[in-house]
Order: sequence, then structure tokens, then C-alpha cells
Amino acid sequence: MTLLQPSGFIRTGARKFASAPLSAKFGMAVIILYVLTAVFAPHLAPYSEAEIVSAPFDPWSAQFLLGTDNLGRDMFTRLVFGARNTLGIALMTTILAFSIGCSAGLAAATFGGWTDQLLSRLVDVLMAIPQLIFALLLLSIFGTSIPTLIIVIAILDSTRVFRLTRAIGMNIAVLDYVEAARLRGEGPIWIMTREILPNIAPTLIAEFGLRFCFVFLLISGLSFLGLGIQPPTADWGSMVRDSATLITYGDITPLLPAGAIALLAVAINLVVDWFLHWASGLKED
Amino acid sequence: MKPIAKIIGQRVAFGALTLWIVSLIIFAGVQLLPGDIATELLGQSATPETVAALRKSLGLDVPAYLRYFDWLSSMLHGNFGTALSNGRDIAELIKPRLYNTLLLAASAAAISVPLALVGGIVAALYRNTFVDRAINVVTLASISFPEFFVAYILILFLAVHAGILPSLSDVDSTTSVLDRLIAMALPALTLAVVVMAHMLRMTRTSIINLLGNQYIETARLKGLPEWRVLVRHALPNALAPIATVIVLNLAYLITGVVVVEVVFVYPGLGQLIVDSVQKRDIPVVQACSLIFAATYILLNLTSDVLSIVMNPRLMHPK
Amino acid sequence: MSEKVVYLHGDAPMGEACSKDRSPGDQDTLLNIRDLRIEATVYPPGENPKDIILVHDVSLTLKRGRVLGLIGESGAGKSTIGLASMGYARGGVRITGGEVMLNDRDILKSGKVGLRSLRGREICYVAQSAAAAFNPAHRLMDQVVEAALFHAMGARTEIEKRAIALFKKLGLPYPENIGKRFPHQVSGGQLQRIMTAMALCSEPDLIVFDEPTTALDVTTQIEVLAAIRDAIRDTGVAALYISHDLAVVAQVADEIMVLRHGRLVEQGITQQVINQPLEQYTRALVSVHHIDHEERDRAKASVLSVEGLTAGYGDGAVKVLCDVTLNLNKGETLAVVGESGSGKSTLARVITGLLPPSGGGIQFDGRPLPRLLAERSKEDLRKLQMIFQTADIAMNPRQTVAKIIGRPLEFYFGIRGAERDRRVFELLEKIEMGQDLANRYPAELSGGQKQRVCIARALAAKPKLIICDEVTSALDPLVANGILKLLLSLQNDEGVALLFITHDLATVKSIADSIAVMYRGEVVRYGTKAEVLSPPFDPYTELLLSSVPEMEVGWLDKAIASRRMESAGN
Repeated sequence: MTLLQPSGFIRTGARKFASAPLSAKFGMAVIILYVLTAVFAPHLAPYSEAEIVSAPFDPWSAQFLLGTDNLGRDMFTRLVFGARNTLGIALMTTILAFSIGCSAGLAAATFGGWTDQLLSRLVDVLMAIPQLIFALLLLSIFGTSIPTLIIVIAILDSTRVFRLTRAIGMNIAVLDYVEAARLRGEGPIWIMTREILPNIAPTLIAEFGLRFCFVFLLISGLSFLGLGIQPPTADWGSMVRDSATLITYGDITPLLPAGAIALLAVAINLVVDWFLHWASGLKED
Repeated sequence: MKPIAKIIGQRVAFGALTLWIVSLIIFAGVQLLPGDIATELLGQSATPETVAALRKSLGLDVPAYLRYFDWLSSMLHGNFGTALSNGRDIAELIKPRLYNTLLLAASAAAISVPLALVGGIVAALYRNTFVDRAINVVTLASISFPEFFVAYILILFLAVHAGILPSLSDVDSTTSVLDRLIAMALPALTLAVVVMAHMLRMTRTSIINLLGNQYIETARLKGLPEWRVLVRHALPNALAPIATVIVLNLAYLITGVVVVEVVFVYPGLGQLIVDSVQKRDIPVVQACSLIFAATYILLNLTSDVLSIVMNPRLMHPK
Repeated sequence: MSEKVVYLHGDAPMGEACSKDRSPGDQDTLLNIRDLRIEATVYPPGENPKDIILVHDVSLTLKRGRVLGLIGESGAGKSTIGLASMGYARGGVRITGGEVMLNDRDILKSGKVGLRSLRGREICYVAQSAAAAFNPAHRLMDQVVEAALFHAMGARTEIEKRAIALFKKLGLPYPENIGKRFPHQVSGGQLQRIMTAMALCSEPDLIVFDEPTTALDVTTQIEVLAAIRDAIRDTGVAALYISHDLAVVAQVADEIMVLRHGRLVEQGITQQVINQPLEQYTRALVSVHHIDHEERDRAKASVLSVEGLTAGYGDGAVKVLCDVTLNLNKGETLAVVGESGSGKSTLARVITGLLPPSGGGIQFDGRPLPRLLAERSKEDLRKLQMIFQTADIAMNPRQTVAKIIGRPLEFYFGIRGAERDRRVFELLEKIEMGQDLANRYPAELSGGQKQRVCIARALAAKPKLIICDEVTSALDPLVANGILKLLLSLQNDEGVALLFITHDLATVKSIADSIAVMYRGEVVRYGTKAEVLSPPFDPYTELLLSSVPEMEVGWLDKAIASRRMESAGN
């Protein structure tokens, strides 16, 4: 009774999902496939992550399903491990970004006044620099290790999460039931976690999907530029970069890691689209 | 008209303030370097004497706040200092590249803005029909694709298979206008595809959001046909949000330009900043960041001002 | 029916042209709706979409130049029928059966183009909220003449001239120039008149008025109502007048149809429906405000007194409350009445501590109450509870009824587990609701039930004083009545004092022990119910009292006439 009946929420969600459109089911299937690949990467891959197994740029064969890369590492193996690294890092970054952004956003919405002013102006300034450029600046200063990458991107991305959380949190914070809780004498933690958070959770869940997508694309972009995840860690962005020259010979191998990125982003977008539609409970026009 | 001038004045002042704080951040960021630029440049093996000599020549022995004002005033005079990696004058380095980048962004905007507007209005007019769903799927896909994926697909089809456009966009000051346009075609197209999808979706949403308003029902109950309802009653109110959408996406172009320039080896500002980050040529990164940030702030300011000017409540106060 | 034509407004002056229109021999059928059935698809959260019937085979006939009032509570289907007479259905709603004959042709069969050609030309619409129904981007005149211009009913200059004449007729200030303004530049009452002018501008045969005065303050409502009524009468246009307020409809309509849950309850000449209603439901609607409440005479011990209270927003730049002094005795009801902008809700916010006052003091239960919410003790907070206007947003949609009512028990008294559940059931019984509702979410309750749960939540704290901020104004009259009765009986049982904030004088009359009338942040009249409601009145209270529609045919004429006399006398 203390919680908001999570089981009920999930059960209706599952029931709804059965009647979801094909696009959402497809998206869900793709996401599950990616997660399984990431989890079982060492069991699926024929070689180890950074093992040089052949000459550079071997063509597709029975031995090397998708050929080898510029250093002679197995492409398929690296694609599989890439799922683990790219997804794992993006997921950690998004979770960190949400922890920072949500708590700050909720605090701004709940307390208002100077807390809100302070946080909002700080975020305004951080958002006045394009995200990729800011990331480049910070990475050039702090170097490109994975923890730096995660922290820098999480902080930059938390500004977006803050803005959204604050905006929708404000909409709830002015409602009479929050006022009723204040009048009852409830503390800020209760108001944030019991009154506001459950009511903005669906929007935040959807936003988590979209932010993950964005972070994932940003990290891939940085890796593609050679400034993200560093070798020998297998990562889709840098794999595209490493084998890019093949494209000029009409070889589609570099499109595979790029396509892997694109497919996941599409899948997440499809699921989020459906989720938002369902959570709002509205049918437009 | 007085209050509106005041509001715009406030926005401009706030933009200037933001830019100043950004310059502070960009400058201060470098101070956070473990050690400083001198040790960074010379490596661990350098003797204390050589480090001290370099510090002096770089002016690092002066207090930070003095260096900041020095740096800021030279920036304002267009003097960006010299690059650490090759000793060239940064202003000279940036000038042609800034021109190239702006040209690329402008071409991408010229392709994407009209298409996005028309597409967004069409999708809103035929909402929930086959046309709308098709547009939805295509745009959803293209916002999900990383820029380099779009770029390589275009290269594969238009450069490698069809052979009509070059896959490398090597231009310099001697390139003729026509050659320049041809060289720029693929990068501009790539950027346009990515930005257009965002713009189109947001245009569609901002129009459809307005259709729930009561005055739209009033218009329909006047017996007006749907196109007239949309053009005369929805569109004027959607102008402010649409202008915001366009400007925000132009700002987004600035980010997209970095990756696209690298893919096509296009000599723009984006490539310069990536190269400099790799070489840890911090003065160049600082200068480029400041230029990108200034453009971005300027664009956001434009969108603010546009939405103020287009608001009848502010334009025609009580 | 045509034989029983009665001239309800025969005593009022009429233009020559319209008296010709209204001659009995000239009357023929304008609108004839047969067996209209309207359905909608609803999407209940967590369930599959389902179809419901909004209107069950309703038929009606309207003769040229006559006014038919459609009356009913929310969900009665009255607006849906009004829009259907234009062949229009809102999103998700479908007209699935019957016919709508306008000028002898079935408009439901006339196709999109056919419908468009008659909307805005033969039949026009006046919406409830003119502020939302005007396009903020265009000047008023452009919108007023748009339909007539689009349907090619004359040159622009000609139509504008007609519009200006209509502005004059509707009593708008600066009729020549008001059209040049934007919607946000004129007041709500004026916008509603301009919307009426917009409908009349196409010289239609029929206008659908959808609650045109509901969103207005009473003193504005009477003016707009009179303007609309005169305009209808003078132009001879027929009208469907939709309202939830029987007293309002009685002033305008020749005939009245009472609807409930999408079905016809009763139909008849206005006088008959008001004076001799046939159906039980109609009788209830007519006598809705009759609650017997005797003024109490008991030991006068004050529970709340405010003195010289002054408050405002933005560092005192905007003063909303000015030197308010009031007193409320234990177990009694003080009604604070006023229109929008009178500061009555601000008073509630100041007393609850949400808005610290800039001057004056509050004594509560014998002790001074700190200005700021944060400085008040848990005991102070417990003793002072509040019930809000809109129950929908006063309860967390993600908490069950049991959780909502149980929280104050937990919070103030530390009661948990089975004991709490038992107390929750007790409270549910007090508000006349079943125990089976305990596990429902607010979205699964009706409007009246929601407000009852809010009352239970306030009672759970065992308060000395409950502030009721417009608690019945979002409810249908019969439901509101039930809530008021419940509050009064609970007050008797628990001895709790009520500070009742409202804009509705009828409510005040039925429940108050003492009354404070507020106007522009000041208390203009204050005393016991008998004192406040008996003459001599101050000008504002007089205006307020005379503006409340009475359930009586011809009330509007009398009210307007006495007002004219008075202003002539001054």
C-alpha cells in the first residue's frame, strides 16, 4: 500500500504491450536481442576482443564471418563485443545523467525560489555551449579515458534531464494535491518522491529512452572522431572509423557497425513512441 | 511598443552575459589541467628550467585573472594567438575554415528548411493517414541514424555506385564556385537529411498541438475548409514555435557539421577542432569553442527575439 | 405544440421587423432532429477502448425565430446535441443515427462540402469561453466578418458596417473601433458579446449558444445575458440555448428541454417547466438551492480571527488584500463571497500560510498563528484543514482512496496498519461512501465522490477549522447540493468551523451563519447572515444580490428594469 502498486502498473503495461502495434514489438525484439548479445558477448564471439587473427582487411569468409579490420582483428567478434562496450558505457552515462538531472530538477520544482533560480541559471549557461563542442573542449582538457567520458557526457546531458524534470515537475508542483501535502506539513523528500515523482515517472521513462539514444549516438560520434572510447576496446563508432576506407571500394563492412547503431536507435525510438502514446492515454484527433 | 523593447533588451543583455560566462568557462577549463600547458607540452622528462622558460614565453607566470582579461581582449580584437602545434596564427588558421563551415551549414539549411516546412504542414494536414505515417517512419529513422551512417550510405550510392558526386570534399581558396558546390553536395545533403527530420517532426507537432485549441473549432464551425483553417488560423499561431524549431535546428547543424566534415575531409572549423583536440592544441580548441558557442548563443537569441516579436500579446499590449 | 405559442416577453419593447417575424401564422419548422444517436469511443486508462452512447435517440423541433433551451448536468449530452445540429462532432465522437433536418433537408446527408456551406451561413455557434474561441493572432473585426465574407454574403465594407451595428446593439463600448483590437485586449464579458455579434453577422437562421455566460461573473453575466436576449429578440433569429443553469435558461428560452445521461427527461413551455415540472428530476433541478439552515445561536467563542490583514504578490507591488478584518466562531460557518479578483482565494492562501501577509495578524484557536507555513507547528497544521475547488487535482492520481484518507491519520496521529484501515472505513461511512471504494484510484470516482474523499481527508485530521475554497463550483447543482448537506451535517456532528469561500450567493444563503462580501481586496460588508442579507445595502452588495438569476420567468426583465430606474434616479 505504501508503493504505487508497481505490479499493477507492470501488469497493465504487459497487457497493453500485447496489443501494441507491430513497430513497438519489433523495437522491443531488437532491444532484447542487443541486450542478450551484450550480456553473452564472450560466449557468442569466436575470438577474443583485441586478438589479431589474420592479415588486415580480410574479406568475408567462413572463418571470419565479416572479414577482419585494419589490424587484422575479427570483425564479427568486435561487433559482438561492441554491443557490450558501447551499450554499457552509454547506459552508465545515461543513468548518471538521470541521477543528477532528476534530483536537481525535482529540487528546483519542489523548492522553487532561489534554489530554482540558481540551478536554472547554471543550466542555462551550460546549455549555451553546443553539447558536442563542450564535450570536445572538456575531453581535450581531461583526456579521453572511459571514466572521464562518462562523467563529462553525463554532466552535459544532465542539463537536458534537469530542464525536462523541472518543467514537468513544476506542472505537478502547482497542483492542489501537492499544495495539500505542503499544508499537511509533509517534508520536501515526501513531496518529491511520493507526490511529484510517481506522476512524472512515465514521461521520465520515455525521456530515459530518448536520452539513452542521444548519449549513445553522441558517444558513437565521439568514438568515430577518435575522441571517445579508445582502442583496443571494441566500439562501433571507432570500428566505422577504422574500416571507413573500405566503403570507397564498395565494401559495406563499415556500414555494419554504423547500421548496428542506427538499428538500436530506431528500435528505442519506436518503443518510446508507443510508450508515450500509451502512457498519455490519449488518442489524437 | 515600450515593453517589447524592454523584453528584447533583456534577452540581448542576457545573451551577452551568457557569452561572457562561457568565455570564462572556456578559459577556466584550461586552468583545471593537471599541471599546466607547459608541462603538458614538454612531457614528463622536461627539466624544471625548460618548463619555466616555456611558462614565461607563454605568459603563464602572470596571475590567472590578468591572463584572462588579456586573452579576452585579444579575442575581442580578433587576435586568437598562435597554435601550439605548429606555431601558426590562429586567426589565419580559422578564417578560411569558418567561411567553409558557414557555407556548408547555409547550403544544408537552404535544402532542409523549405522541405521540412512543407513536409511538416503536409503531415499535419494529412495527419493519421498513410502519408503522415510514411513521413513519420522515414523521419524517425533519419533522426535515429548517426550522421556518419547517413554519410556513408550516401557515399556508397551516390559516389561509389553511381559515381556522380565526389566522396571527398577537398576545397581550397582556389576552387571555383561550381566545383565548390559539387564538392559540398554530399556533406550538405547529409546534414540536410539529419536536420530536416527533426525540423519536420517538430513543425508537425507544433501545428497539431494548436489544432486542439478552441479557436480552431470556431473556424471549422464557420464553414471554412480544412486548408483555410490550417493556413489562416493554425499557421499564424504556429509561426513562433516553428521559427524556434528552425533556429534550434540551425544551432544543431553546428554540432552535426563536426562529424560530417571529418567524414568528407572537408576543411572546415569542425575538422580543425577535432584535429586540435587530438593534438591537445588547447588555444585552437579554445578559439574554435568560443566561435561555436557564440554562433549558438546568437541563434538562440534570434529564436527568443522572433518568438517575442510574433506574440500578439506582446506586440499589442493592452 | 405550435398552437401553444405564448409570448413570454410580450411586455418588453420589440422592433417592428421582428414582431412581423414572430407572428404566429408565419411560423414554420426550422430545425427538426429525429432520433439522434451519438456515440463516442473512450479510452479508459489500462483498459481496452470501448464505445459508449452519448445521446440516445433524442428528437426535437425548433420553429423559426424561437428559442429552445437545452438544460442538463455535465454528461447530459446537451453540447453534443448542439454541435450535432451543425453536423459537427468533436474528436472521437460520431453521429451514428437519426436525421437533422435544417430548412427541410437532412444536413447529415449533405456531405463535407454541403455542411461547410451551411455552417457560418445558415447556422452559427457561440462558444462557452470566448477567450479561447477567438484566434489570438487576428484582430477581432477580421474574425467577426470572416464567415460572412467567406460565404460571399456581401462586400467587406458592408459586412463591417453590419458588424458595427451589431456591436452597438450588444452594448459594446466604442463599437466603431473595438473591432481593431486583439482578443486579449478586451474583457471576457465583451468578448462574449463580440462572439454573439460574430454569429449574428452572417444573418443566420439559427444560432447555437453553448453556455455563453457560464464562465462569467454574476454581475457580468446579467448584462451579457440581457444583451444576448435582446439581440435574439430583435433580429428574430432562432436559437438553441444550452446551459446547466435552469434559472439562466428560463430568462431566454421559449421552451425548455431537460436532458439527463443523453436522454430526454421533460420538454415544455418555459413557464410550465419552471412552475409545474412534471418529472422528479426536473423538480429537483428547480428546487436545487433550497437547503434549510437555521442560523445558530451558541456560545460565541472565536476560533479564527484576522485583523488588518494585507497581502500582495511581487514584494507588495500588486495588492490583493487590503486591511481585512474578520472573525469566525467555533462550530460556525463564515461565508466569504466575491467575484473573481475580489481577493477571496488570496485570503484563504494567507490564512493557510501559503502566502505570507505583508501586514496584520491571524489568531487561531486562541493563539497567534505564525505568518509562514514553515513556522507553524504540526498541531496548528492539523487543526486547520483545507478543501479545494477542483477535487480532480486535489488528490494524487497515483494514490488510492485509502492511502489519501489514511495519510493524515498516519502523519498526525501515527496510526498505522489495521487500526488505520478501520478508521479509513469509518471516515468513508461518514461521507456516505462504501468500503469497497477504498482501493479505487481518484480517476475511477465521480465528481461528487472525489469531493467527498477530500472532505474525508480533511476530517481525518480532526480539525477545528476547514477552509472550503469554492468546493461546489465545479460540480453539477444536484451533486453540489449533496456536498453542502454533507458538510452541514458533519459540522453538526464534529463541531468544526467552516470558512466557506464562494462566488455563489445561493450557496451562501443556504449554509452561512455569517457573511463577508469582498470586492477588490476589501471587505465591503460583514455581519450575520440576517444583517448582510437585509436592506439597506451598500451599492456592491445590492448589485451582487440583484445579479443572481432567480428561478422565475421574467426575472431578467425586472432586474434590468429596476437597475435602469436606479441609474436614472441617480
